[in-house]
Amino acid sequence: MTATAEKAPQAQPEPPKKQKAALLGRSPQDTPAGWFNYLLLSIVLFLGAWPIYWAGIMSTWKDDKIYQAGAPQVTPGPFFKFNWDIMTVNIREPGYPPYDNVRFVQSFVNSLIVVAVVVAATLFFCSLAGFAFAKLRFRGRDPLFYFVVLTLTIPAQLGIVGAYQIMDTLGWVDTLLAVTVPALVSAFGVFYMRQFIEDAIPDEIIESARVDGASTFRVFWEIVVPTVRPALGVLGLITAVNAWNEYQWALIAVGGSDAQTIGPALHNLRVGNTPKNSIVLTGSFLASLPLIVLLAVAGRQIVRGIMEGAVKA
Amino acid sequence: MSASSVTADSAGATGTDRGGKHKGPKSSIWARFDHVVVPYILVSPFFILFIAFGIFPIVYSALVSFQTYRAEQPVYPSGNSVNLYTERWVGLENYQRVLTNWDFTQALLNTLGLFIVSAIPQLFFALVLASLLNRRLRAQSLFRIGILIPYITPIVASTLVFTTFFSEQYGQANWVLGLFGVEHTSGVGAAAQEYPGIDWRAERWSAWLALVIMINWKWTGYNALLYLAAMQSIPKDVYEAAALDGAGAWRQLWSITVPMIRPMVIFTVVLSTIGSLQLFAEPVLFDEDPSSGEGGGLRHLWRTVAQLIWYTGWGDPNDFGLAGAMSWLLFVVVVALAAFNAFISNKIGGRK
Repeated sequence: MTATAEKAPQAQPEPPKKQKAALLGRSPQDTPAGWFNYLLLSIVLFLGAWPIYWAGIMSTWKDDKIYQAGAPQVTPGPFFKFNWDIMTVNIREPGYPPYDNVRFVQSFVNSLIVVAVVVAATLFFCSLAGFAFAKLRFRGRDPLFYFVVLTLTIPAQLGIVGAYQIMDTLGWVDTLLAVTVPALVSAFGVFYMRQFIEDAIPDEIIESARVDGASTFRVFWEIVVPTVRPALGVLGLITAVNAWNEYQWALIAVGGSDAQTIGPALHNLRVGNTPKNSIVLTGSFLASLPLIVLLAVAGRQIVRGIMEGAVKA
Repeated sequence: MSASSVTADSAGATGTDRGGKHKGPKSSIWARFDHVVVPYILVSPFFILFIAFGIFPIVYSALVSFQTYRAEQPVYPSGNSVNLYTERWVGLENYQRVLTNWDFTQALLNTLGLFIVSAIPQLFFALVLASLLNRRLRAQSLFRIGILIPYITPIVASTLVFTTFFSEQYGQANWVLGLFGVEHTSGVGAAAQEYPGIDWRAERWSAWLALVIMINWKWTGYNALLYLAAMQSIPKDVYEAAALDGAGAWRQLWSITVPMIRPMVIFTVVLSTIGSLQLFAEPVLFDEDPSSGEGGGLRHLWRTVAQLIWYTGWGDPNDFGLAGAMSWLLFVVVVALAAFNAFISNKIGGRK
């Protein structure tokens, strides 16, 4: 109750003050879109979806359709099973390179495992830290939080040589630990949860729970977690997308091994110096499917997460 | 709930840190612990992991960069070969080698060049796209979700698709160019033949153009959503005042909307700077021949720093010392760019 009452004035856009000016000077949001607007947006949508649609079509054809002269193939053909069988080494065909090192199915499953662990840990650790930064008082809180924000701007690239050496020393190279452990928390997650908790939970509620004798952890479980559930959903989705799409580090740390994830698996689908692109595109399409489904199911939340995370920055 | 009645209470008692005192003496040690130590426990996972896998690797790269760190495989007379890392302090030799070698300079120029030619159109198109979305739309969610398809597509997958689009002989990009009568000759002597379009990988400008298309395909929609978020928080009466002066939609965008969302524009510039300096997947996978080794095509026209570090450390040279030195030089560039960004932002912000 109190929470919504607190939030309402911020969330609600100000009502237009000068009603008579509304006809002349409507803000863009209140202006209905014209047909040209829809046309341009539809073209953008088409261009965005076309590469993956076409990869799906190509997963059902052989290489000759990829490189046919004239207009691109737009309808599916009969060769999906054939491509799948070659990719997963169920069959061998002359003219196709060996795909024994790809282990597509295993890589796919590995990625699912990594995503599950990374998302669960990120949600837990980031909401704990976000809660502490938003609502608890402790010495050094603000400098520590600025430090978290600062780390957002450090490219992972910089430590990649050292990170590999460390993983090597730990014996984690070519194991799932190498791609899981460093991703268990994220600066973005801490930042996002902190901003959300700060706005969503009034100090008074926490204060009164404290007065009733609740410990910090109880406040977290009984007040914070139920309130931030939508934000957890959003952060979980964005974390899942990033974890699934990991490429460079995964290529270095687990590429070609039994612990290979889907990114390096696609990389390794390009065998030899003239790869069979029907196989490459079959893998690419299948690797994109989980996220396309996720976007179709939870697109609104992903959009909201990106837009909210940005405005609060 | 009962919260409201207590609210007045505790507001009078000022401050969260008083909470412990209400509990009485029996729990005071626990209460102190709860107030003083627990907050650090809550934030510690981030800092532990970040120190272990964020900061330590960067420092460690510095140590490595002062050593020769080559993996060698000596073959003993018995015929056995053993993997052996030789480590030896060599001071600044790696840095000297990196800086006197054209490879790194070229990769750095490629990286910065690709950043400039991709970021500017990307942010421009994102602004336009955001203003197209910032209307009263039917199927609003469909459009907002739809423009995220490139963002959620795995970067390896989408890049591999684009690699076939830009194929020399019958890629889709060349089919489109062919419709406009553009043709090129491929093959030597009697085998030479006319094909539609151009040989994308033959020249710097065309290879870069192809990469810019891939990068912008992926990130324009995402940036547009960020701009849209900022645009929707602009108070509406700003526009009312402006329209009375007769501003059209296009002028409205550039003289009201864009200045109002300047912080977001700066934010996206920072984001795309960080992203561009790490550009990796596109240049690596743009090579049609994955076994071609050093990367970036003929004369390394499009090899980026990230790609060069990868090749130096994990490719044929297998020289981590050299790769570490490159990482640190990149770090210097990052810091310089960040300082430059901050300077420019301050200047723009200050002039207001």
